[in-house]
Amino acid sequence: MSRRPVVVGVADAPTHDRGRALPGATVLSIQRDAAHEALAQAGLTIRDVDGLAVAGMWGMPGPGAMQPVLLTEYLGLEWPRYLDGTNVGGAAFVLHAGRAAEAIRAGQAETVLIVYGSLQKSQAARALGGRPAMFSNQWDIPAGLPLPAGAYAMAAHRHAHVYGSTRETLAEIAVATRAWAALNPAAAFRDPMTVDDVLGARTIASPLGRYDCCLVTDGGGAVVMTTEERARDLRMPPIHVLGHGASASHTSIAHMPDMAKLEVAEHSSRAAYAMAGRGPARMDLAMLYDSFTITVLMTLEALGLCGYGEGKDFVKGGRTGPGGSFPVNTNGGGLSYCHPGMYGLFTIIEASRQLWGIAGERQVEDVRTAVCHGTGGVLSSGATLILSTEKD
Amino acid sequence: MTYEKPVPAIDAESEPYWSGAREGRLMIQRCGRTGRCFLYSRRLAPGADETDIQWIEATGAGTVYSFTVCHAPAGPAFRDETPYVVACVTLDEGARIVSNLETGDIEAVHIGQRVKVFFDKVSEELTIPKFRPAG
Repeated sequence: MSRRPVVVGVADAPTHDRGRALPGATVLSIQRDAAHEALAQAGLTIRDVDGLAVAGMWGMPGPGAMQPVLLTEYLGLEWPRYLDGTNVGGAAFVLHAGRAAEAIRAGQAETVLIVYGSLQKSQAARALGGRPAMFSNQWDIPAGLPLPAGAYAMAAHRHAHVYGSTRETLAEIAVATRAWAALNPAAAFRDPMTVDDVLGARTIASPLGRYDCCLVTDGGGAVVMTTEERARDLRMPPIHVLGHGASASHTSIAHMPDMAKLEVAEHSSRAAYAMAGRGPARMDLAMLYDSFTITVLMTLEALGLCGYGEGKDFVKGGRTGPGGSFPVNTNGGGLSYCHPGMYGLFTIIEASRQLWGIAGERQVEDVRTAVCHGTGGVLSSGATLILSTEKD
Repeated sequence: MTYEKPVPAIDAESEPYWSGAREGRLMIQRCGRTGRCFLYSRRLAPGADETDIQWIEATGAGTVYSFTVCHAPAGPAFRDETPYVVACVTLDEGARIVSNLETGDIEAVHIGQRVKVFFDKVSEELTIPKFRPAG
């Protein structure tokens, strides 16, 4: 019996009015709805779930400190035997999927639900600058470094200094991502955008302007994983989790080892590629956490999709956009589709849809293997997942 | 007038840094075994699990490792100051520190720029080491 871990269902919560949750939603109901839809896609119900992974900023301070417990109660799960509440920022769900794969392989869980929800836009809950200036943040927060944008801005300046990337390089990423969003009916922002639009937008933290920064939206999503064996009876063809990896480095940007290199992603992806037995040259699609345009540029390089310093040529001329030679962030990303604060789960949702061939107008031809990568904090943590229609 | 900006949550490990600043001294730590200097302040040398560490006074001279000019303030307390510069400075001793770079010429701020510490007494309790262009 094959206990190979596979993805069998995904869902993202519908939003309206440029990224607001539908009226009446709570931060828990939005997760229940996404979970229900992902399970229904697989042909499963909540009764089949015996493992739960969740992370988020909701319910804190308070019961959100134990989100897997609270969600077990809310959803009415019966004695889940696998729980994961690891919070490494926006990378969390990609890390969860790797851990869930091993739990499933080891027989510690049969069906794992990974779920996320946020109402940060409709509740105006994103308190930028309101973080406590404690531990290693005793220096940057009193100085007025806007977080997270200011930290990514410092990395962007350093990357430009070391590798010669420019504001135009970053703008290319925003434009390609927006072009994908135009093909995604669920995207919050779909109006066409040009490099000049990006360069002309107001500066947030130099060199990053308004369109170098992700959206602030509500949102939610769910991913269901089980064994290859169980998947035989289910609706969707299995998507194999071939490899995964995770790592972390710093909390304050002052202590990022090399501000021009996303080494944390180099480490997590190296582990994932080794486990998958296939490297970056075999990837047909990359779903990369795009909190900012610079995040994408640095992740492309760290994941070996191009060399360090080659990212600026890699993204030139819309190469990562629709019709380009290497598709990146085909859902429109955190830059144009949605960004509820912790975006990582959406990389898995979109990669799965592309691998199933159900991505509609934005479907990329012949996607067999995809790399998903989540980034948390201020380039602080990284988690990589290799998904494929092929089992090895 | 009360100080409205966020203040550091000073703890036992960082207290020598902040009390040093009140006396006009930029205090950093040095690993007794490797000689490597570092911030942020803690009771071990990071990566070495080495607890033989000393506090030393830095010269206050350093080089801009990276920076950003903040046009969108980090909260209302910084609203009247935009645009302002936050820099990550590599001190000559090797430790990295993030603070404000105060300059009349924001356009000239660049990576590799030489800077020098000064001590900004923002309240009776708090003095923040900040930087100005050197020379």
